[in-house]
Order: sequence, then structure tokens, then C-alpha cells
Amino acid sequence: MKFSFSDEQEEFRVFLRRFLEDKSPTTEVRRLMETDEGYDEAVWKQLSTDLGLPAVHVPEEYGGQGFSFGELGIVLEEMGRALLCAPYFSSAVLATIAILNAGTEEQKRTLLPPLAAGEKRAALAFTEPNGRWDNSGVELTATASDGGYRLDGTKSYVLDGHTADMIVVLARQPGTSGDHGLSLFTVSSDADGLSRALLKTMDPTRKQARLEFQSVQADLLGEEGGAAAPMALTLDQAAICLANEMVGGAERLRESALDYSMMRVQFGRAIGSFQTMKHKFADMLIEVELAKAAAYYAAAAAAEEDEDLPALASLAKAGASEAYMQTAIKTVQTHGGIGFTWDNDTHLWFKRAKSSEVFLGDPSHHREQLMQRWDV
Amino acid sequence: MSETTEDTVRAEARAWLEANWNPDLSLLEWRNRLVESGWGAPTWPTDWYGKGYPDALGRIVEEEFERIGAVSVARTGIRNLAAATILAHGSDLHKEKFLRRILTGEDTWCQLFSEPGSGSDLAGATTRADKKGNKWIVNGQKVWTTSAHHAQYGLLLARTDWDLPKHKGLSYFILNIEQPGVEVVPLRQMNGHASFNQVFFTDAEIEPEFQVSELGDGWNVATTTLMHERRGADGLRRYQQATDRPGRCYEEEAEEIAHQLEPYKWYPQRAGRTDLIIERAKATGMNTDPAVRQEIAKLMIMAKSAEWTARRARAAQAQGRPQGPEGSIGKLTASNVAKQAAHVHTMISGADAMLTGEDSPMDGVISEILVSFPATSIAGGTDEIQRNIISERVLKMPKEPRTDTKGPFRDVPRNVVS
Repeated sequence: MKFSFSDEQEEFRVFLRRFLEDKSPTTEVRRLMETDEGYDEAVWKQLSTDLGLPAVHVPEEYGGQGFSFGELGIVLEEMGRALLCAPYFSSAVLATIAILNAGTEEQKRTLLPPLAAGEKRAALAFTEPNGRWDNSGVELTATASDGGYRLDGTKSYVLDGHTADMIVVLARQPGTSGDHGLSLFTVSSDADGLSRALLKTMDPTRKQARLEFQSVQADLLGEEGGAAAPMALTLDQAAICLANEMVGGAERLRESALDYSMMRVQFGRAIGSFQTMKHKFADMLIEVELAKAAAYYAAAAAAEEDEDLPALASLAKAGASEAYMQTAIKTVQTHGGIGFTWDNDTHLWFKRAKSSEVFLGDPSHHREQLMQRWDV
Repeated sequence: MSETTEDTVRAEARAWLEANWNPDLSLLEWRNRLVESGWGAPTWPTDWYGKGYPDALGRIVEEEFERIGAVSVARTGIRNLAAATILAHGSDLHKEKFLRRILTGEDTWCQLFSEPGSGSDLAGATTRADKKGNKWIVNGQKVWTTSAHHAQYGLLLARTDWDLPKHKGLSYFILNIEQPGVEVVPLRQMNGHASFNQVFFTDAEIEPEFQVSELGDGWNVATTTLMHERRGADGLRRYQQATDRPGRCYEEEAEEIAHQLEPYKWYPQRAGRTDLIIERAKATGMNTDPAVRQEIAKLMIMAKSAEWTARRARAAQAQGRPQGPEGSIGKLTASNVAKQAAHVHTMISGADAMLTGEDSPMDGVISEILVSFPATSIAGGTDEIQRNIISERVLKMPKEPRTDTKGPFRDVPRNVVS
């Protein structure tokens, strides 16, 4: 499992790839990235209703299909390859996993089925304008009032936060710090005191929002003050998911660069016949293959609830980030002047590589995490 | 393969070993029994000391050897390549004369391919074999020859026709090393060890029957040898392990292994010794330096990912699926890991990285890493050749244009070797 996919998983991948090639050609990516919502309602319905993709990793008792991170990794790799514009990572990965990890049995039975069916979309609001990726960056406060809670503060870099129906929010009890006093809450997107603003993102294929909370009424998700551990697990699992998405994009770029090098003629020969290009492509292959091996291994480890999961998440995320970005840079370079134009598709993936490199922590952050998690 | 076949073979191998294995036999006596029974080389043909089993059944037999702890036939060094080449291309005379003594370990072999003027470009060999009377007379020089200092025979690639194109004018011979026309001189490497040899030929003689295959078929035969060499050099090579168990057979085997492997005791260091990094960083306190931590993490990510990539290749093979690109990149990733490991060891060692021998950390092991890792990017196919192979065979990019393969070899530019 850590080193190979089953025949069923391979078939699933082929099926998904065909679907996504059909639904997410670059003409569609370019159309959707210019919109504020950033996705196509009809395609979202199809991938939810016909394919059940938001339900893949959700247990059957919560309306899901009961598969695991192995299958989820395949979905994300193929979405990354096709650069699908959809609120999948925000809702099906971040918010769904947070609810699975933190929610009470009853909350999971209530909240998850509509998310798994794709009828509702949720976003996970955890980072703040300080841009920190760990729990200690949380400043937004939750104050008990009238048997409920009121949230005050600002969340930022919230994927699809402007379109989600429900926001899962990480907040802290006033006066606490670090991992202490953290709780998760759910907030309806039309709650009083919540204002949402779309951020101008360099990667227009993945939308982000800034959310202001002014005495917003919220429902506790899971245990009060006990969000640190489920949140850390959620971020590790999400990092593994993102790593799988990234290697899908990296491989697509590598292939497009290779195709172009065989087609483009200069000095009377295909530029791919020059040894300097051949050696560059050998190195690109190695970078992407190593990142794939780590992303697959980590996904399988997540499925098996491996105790080394935190370290593996950081390893896979750092590896995939470097491989994707380096491949993107080399793909622009292979295309030469045309690669720097807006009309050429390379920049679409280049920008996703950049936003994914930073989102959930950049490679330096994860390398340091890896060292800490291995107790070096 | 059916379960029944596997079970039958396993039962037969087990029964034979239980009836015959005796650690108090001499190594030679035991190996002669293996040779006569066919259990020593079960994948070899039944006519030549084997049982004609496919590789999968061979592994079953191996497992039974391991289970009972029986000593195997001789396997170290070039003798495996010699055997594979002789089985594929040799005459009955060659098989009769050499195969048995290869298995018993009585003869040691070396490979006379690389030359000072042809490293990556082996087909550019200029060592010549000329027919004089009824004999082949050899003149020239080979280099990087493993085991030549204690070998009885060498696999020789030599040019027999200078008017034919490069690859057509080569022939393949079995050369007796122990003769006056052959001089073996150790070659000292930059790390101070002398693990290889230079071999000089001055009118060395070969009897005509020790030509392998047809005249001019040398490159084809050499390709067989090289294919087996690569197969053994994929990073998963199993060195014969000595044990300290009592019994004459074990003791003689341990002696054989120690003798064979002594020149290569620095090999672990050339791979970078990633296994030492974390304990060394903690011991020196450099584990608290943020810059060092970043470099350690980069190394570990690369090394772990490379290990998992190799395991993906093996898993695909085991499932009978076509091998993906992950199978072809091991050699180059090993070079990348070795380079980064040497870089990190330098950071960790600080000023001590300038010292060597007993003045340097770990009684010289660290300094040996720092002066041995470049070998990984050269031996067994340079990084540059690996990149050509990956781009041409895996990525199907165009082959390098060649100007050296058509027309008489004598007109092809080549190195001047003094």
C-alpha cells in the first residue's frame, strides 16, 4: 500500500483523469479564475452527486464512502494535475477532516452528510493576518455568553471563505496561549457580525478570503479547550493531501515541458535533442518521482494511522513544495519567451505551485518541523 | 508459477540441505557437493551444475539456504559476471574448464574493459589483440580492474580489426592473468586506498580456443557482461555476509570474504553515511544550529524519498507490472544523496573536517566520507551517462548525434595515452 496502488485504485485514477480532462480544460480554468466564486456550480454538482468525491474519505455512518487517505490522495493528485477550480480542498479536505477529528459523534452525524454530499460547503478558518501556521498564531477569541459563544478577531488566507456556507473557526479562550485554551467552532456564513472579503491572490485558481468576526455567535465543535490535538492532526493530514495535489501538478508540468521540447525546433533540431535539455529533464524526473514516492508513502501512512505521521507530513510537504516549484521554474525556462506570456498555460500551474509552496507552511518551516518531530 | 511447484522445490531443497549440510566440511568439499547436486546454482542449466529453475524458484532455494544457515557457492566479485557471460556465449570447452571452479571459488576473475582512453565510452577500447601464428598477442592497458591482483582469469575486450567501425572491430577473450606478459599494478585513489588495478599487456598470449563467440562479436558479448553488472549494481546488491558461527566451512568462508572485500572497506563511506548524520549532529551540538538543521532535513527528505522510490520499483516488479521511471533513477539519486551527505558532514564537523586519520572524527571515517563520495558519481556509469540513459530510454528523448560509429575505427579521433 505504501509502495503501490491496487488495481481498483489505478482504475479509479484513470476514470478520474478522464473526467477532469473533460471538465477542467485550461479554457475552463481561465474562465473560472476570472470569477469571484472561482468554481463552476454544475461541475461541483457532478463531481459530488455523480462521483461522490467529497464523500470519498468520509465514513459511511456520516454519509460517506468509507475510503481513506489513499483514495483521497489519488483524487487530489488528479485535481492538482487538472488544476481543477473547485472548493474541494477547502470543504472536503480541510473543513471535513477538522470536523471528523474534533466533532462529537452527534455533530459528525449532523454536519458531515451535507458536506459529503456536496450540498453544503464549509471552510476552515485557522490562520490569521500574522500568517503563522501553528496553533500559537491564534489570537481570535471565543467568549462564553448566554450558554453559547461569541467570536472576535480576524481570520485570513481562508480558502474559499467567501463562498462557504459554514465556517469552522479555530479560536482561543481570552488569556490563554500556545496549545492551551483552543476550541473549534462552527459559524453560519450569514451570521451577524461576520464580514467576508475576497483577497486578491497571486494564484487566481484558488480563492482566499479575509473574515472579520465582531461578536459573532458560534457553536462549539467538539470539546471546549481541546482543539489543539485534533487541529494539529488536521493540519498534518491536510499537508499530506496538499503534497499529493502538488505532485499531480508537478508531473503535468514536467510532461508539458517535455512535449514542448520535442516539438520546438531551434538551430535545425528539436531543443529536446540538446544534451543540456536532456540532462535537465532527467533531473526533473528525479525530483518529481522522489516527491511522488514521499507523498504516496505519507498518504498510506495517514490511512494506516502511522505514529510517525507528523514527521511524514512535513517530509512530504517540504519535498513536494520544492519539486513543484522547481519543476514550474524549469517548465517556464524550457518554453523560453513564450513560457513567460499570459497566453501560455504554464503560469497557471506556476502560480498554484507558488501558493501551495507557502500554504500550510513553506519548505523551511516543514524541514524544521521534521527535525523537531524526529527529535533531532 | 503454481504454489505446488514452489512448495515442491522448497521441500526438495530443504530435504537435500538437511541430509547434506555439514558445517565441519571444508569449504571446497561442501561446494563440490553443491556443484554436483545442482543446488548451488539452481537457476543454471541442468547440463552445467544447475537445475534450470526460473529466478523465482532460485529465490525459494536461497531462502532454504538462509533458513538452515548453509554456506553458498562462491559469489563475490567478477566471477558472477564471468559465469553469466560464459553461460550465454561460451563454448563447451569454456563451460567445462571454468564454470565449476567459479562456483567453488577456486578461481578468481577480473573484468578487463575500462582503459585510460575509454571510460564511459567502453567501445573505444584500443588494447589490441593480433593473431600471430596460432596465438592472439595482446598489447595495451586496462584500468579500474577490480581483483586483478589475485585473479587467475580476466574477461578481455580487445580490438582485433582497426578497419571496421568502432563496435564491429572488437573481440572478447578469456585471458590468463598469471603469465609473463601481464603486469598488475595497484592504482591509488584520491582517498589513499588502492582498491583497483592497472593491468599492462606486453605481448601477452591467448590460445585461440579462449576467444569467446565470433571474431568481431566482442561488443555484443560485453553487453551481456555489463547487463549483469548493472543488474547487480542497482543499490540492492547483496554482499556475502560472513558469520562467526563455529565450523570449518564457516571459518573458511569468513576468511574468503575478508580477503575479497578488504580493498573495498571504504565503500560505505562513498555513499555518504547518512546513517551517521543525526548522532554526529547531536554529539557535536550542531543539531541546535538552524542552518545545519535545514541541511540535515534536506538530506533526510532526499534519502527517504529515494528509498521509497526504490521500493516502489521493487513492488511494481513483484506485481509483474511494467517498471515505471522509478526503476531507472536509483544510481543518480544515490549520487545526489552522497553529495548532500558529504556537505552536511562537513557542516557538522566544523574545523575537524580539515583533518584526517586518527586526528579526524570517528578515527577517520568522516574524512574518508569527504574524500570518497565523488566516486559515487563516477563508478558504474557517471552521473552524465545516467542522465543520458534516463532521458533517452525513459523519456524517449533523441539520442546523442554520433560521429564515431561509422567508418574505420582507425580514423576516429581518440585520446593520446602515454
